[in-house]
Amino acid sequence: MTVTRASAPPAAQEAAQAITATGLRKSYGDKTVLDGVDLSVPEGTVFSLLGPNGAGKTTVVKILSTLISPGAGSGGIRVGGHDPAVDPQAVRAAIGVTGQFSAVDGLITGEENMLLMADLHHLSRREGRRVAAELLERFDLVEAARKPAAGYSGGMKRRLDIAMTLVGSPRIIFLDEPTTGLDPRSRHTMWGIIRELVSGGVTVFLTTQYLEEADELADRIAVLNNGRIAAEGTAEELKRIVPGGHVKLRFNVPDAYRSAASALREVARDDESLSLQIPSDGSQRELRSLLDWLDSAGIEADELTVHTPDLDDVFFALTGSGVPARDNQPKEAVR
Amino acid sequence: MSSLSLAVRDTTTMLRRNLLHARRYPSLTLNLLLTPVMLLLLFVYIFGDVMSAGIGGGEGGRSAYIAYIVPGILLLTVGSTVVGTAVSVSTDMSEGIIARFRTMAIHRGSVITGHVVGSVLQSVLSVVLVGAVAVAIGFRSTDATLVEWLAAFGLLVIFSAALTWVAVGMGLISPNAETASNNALPMVLLPMLSSAFIPVETMPGWFRPVAEYQPFTPAIETLRGLLLGSEIGHNGWLAVGWSLGLVVLGYFWATSKFGQDPR
Repeated sequence: MTVTRASAPPAAQEAAQAITATGLRKSYGDKTVLDGVDLSVPEGTVFSLLGPNGAGKTTVVKILSTLISPGAGSGGIRVGGHDPAVDPQAVRAAIGVTGQFSAVDGLITGEENMLLMADLHHLSRREGRRVAAELLERFDLVEAARKPAAGYSGGMKRRLDIAMTLVGSPRIIFLDEPTTGLDPRSRHTMWGIIRELVSGGVTVFLTTQYLEEADELADRIAVLNNGRIAAEGTAEELKRIVPGGHVKLRFNVPDAYRSAASALREVARDDESLSLQIPSDGSQRELRSLLDWLDSAGIEADELTVHTPDLDDVFFALTGSGVPARDNQPKEAVR
Repeated sequence: MSSLSLAVRDTTTMLRRNLLHARRYPSLTLNLLLTPVMLLLLFVYIFGDVMSAGIGGGEGGRSAYIAYIVPGILLLTVGSTVVGTAVSVSTDMSEGIIARFRTMAIHRGSVITGHVVGSVLQSVLSVVLVGAVAVAIGFRSTDATLVEWLAAFGLLVIFSAALTWVAVGMGLISPNAETASNNALPMVLLPMLSSAFIPVETMPGWFRPVAEYQPFTPAIETLRGLLLGSEIGHNGWLAVGWSLGLVVLGYFWATSKFGQDPR
C-alpha cells in the first residue's frame, strides 16, 4: 500500500508539536493492529484520525494516553513534551481523555463525578466545588447534577464525560469517537463544545468514523486503514484526491432515461432506479457546464442531486478495496 | 506533594468513592449478610440439637452449640463479604471510569487500595451486624478480657485484609461479575470445610487435612479461644501467618494484574 500525501506535513520547526509519534506499532498475538503509524500534531490544532471500526484508532489513543504500552519496534513518542515510556505521569498531567465508552461512574451522581475529579486533581474543597458547578453549568447539566449518571442519555453522558476531562484544565485532549451513537442534535452540541475547546488554545486529538465530523472540526486529517496511515492532509485536500464525487440524474420515465443514457457516454447507469451518475467534483463551474451540456443535448432529468465524497468514497478510494459495501454508514444508537 | 501523601490522598478519594457506592446501594451489602445469618439460624434452630449432641455431651444443648459455631459464622461473614468485593472489583474494571483513572496523574495503586480499605471496613461492619444477630439469639462471650477483645478485633482486621487482597486479585482476573463470583467461591466454601460447624477431630480421617491446612480453621480456633476461652495453642501463630502470607501474596498478585495493559 502506498501512502498518499496530499500535502507535506507541517514542518516540525514551524510550530511546537503537542504530539509526535514515529513508527507506532502494536500487535496482539499475531494480529497486527498498528503497523508503523507516524503522527505529528502542532499545538493548538485539531487533528483527526479517521477510519472505520477496527482500523486501530482507539489503539493509537490508548498508546498516546499511556493506557497501554507501544508495541515492540515502535519509534519515539512525545506527548506534551514528555515520553510516555519514560515519564508517564508527566504525560498524564498534561492530557485529558474522553474514551469511546463514557468514562463516568454511573453509580454516583453527575455532581459527585465532578467532585471526584476535583479531588483527584487535588483541588481544595472550595475550588473543587466552584470548578464543578461552573462546568456543570457550561455543559447544561445543572438539572441532572443530582441524579445518578447511569440514568443519563447518551448525549448527557458524553457531556459529563468531557466536563470531567476539563476539571484538570488539560492542554491536550484526546476525544475517542466522541459522537458515535449520539443523535444528530447531541452531535451538533458536541461539535460546538469541541470548537469552544480549540478556541481556548487546547490541542485536540479526535478520532472519528465520520468524514463529515473531521471535515467540520479538524485542521488536519489522517486516514487510518489496517494499522497504517493511508493519507493525510486537510479535509479539502483529501476530498480532492477522491474520485467519489458525482452528479446523479434520476428519471421518472424509462424512455427519457434511455435516451439520456445513450446521449451521455461515460456515465454509470442504474437501470433499476432509472438514474445516471456523472463524475463531478461538485464545483459551481463544473455544475454550470454540466447543466449547459444537458440543456444542449435536450436532456431533462426529473431530479438532480450533487454527491460529495463521504467516508466510504475516501476510504475505498484510498485502499482500493473495490465497490464500497454500505455497512460503514453512520450508525445511530450503536450502543 | 510527596509520593506518600499523594498515595494517601488519592486512596482516601477512591475509598470515599467506594463507600459512596456501598451507601447508595446498601442492598448489595445486605445480600451478602444473608448467607451467614441463614447458616447461623439453620444450624442453631434446625440442626442444633443433633449437632450439639455430636460435639460432646450435649449437656449445654443448643446454647453450647451457638457458642461453638458463632466464631466460624463470623469469619464466614468475612468470606461472604469478600465475594462481593471480587464481584464489585470486576464490575468496576469493566467501567470506562477505570480507564480514565489510568490516564490521570494519580497514585497508581490508589484504585485498588481504595477497594481493599473499603472492603475491610465493610467486613468489620458485616461481622458486627452478624455478631449482633448471634447475641440476639443467645451468644455470650465467656469472660473475655479487654486484651482478648482487642486481639479478636485485630485478627478480624488482618484476616479480612488477607481475604480481601486475594479477592481483589480474583476480581481483576475475572472478565465479568459471574466469573468473579465463581472464582471467589472458595471464600465461602472453605469455611464450610473448616472447623466452623464441627470439630476437626470428629471428621473422617481422610478429610481432616482439608480442614486443617487452610486459613479458616486456625483463624476460627483462635477466635474461639479469644472469645470463649478454649485452647488456642499453635493456631494463633498459624492464623497470623496465614493472614500475613495471604496479604503479601494477594497484594503482589493484585497490583501486578492491575499494572498490566488492559485489553
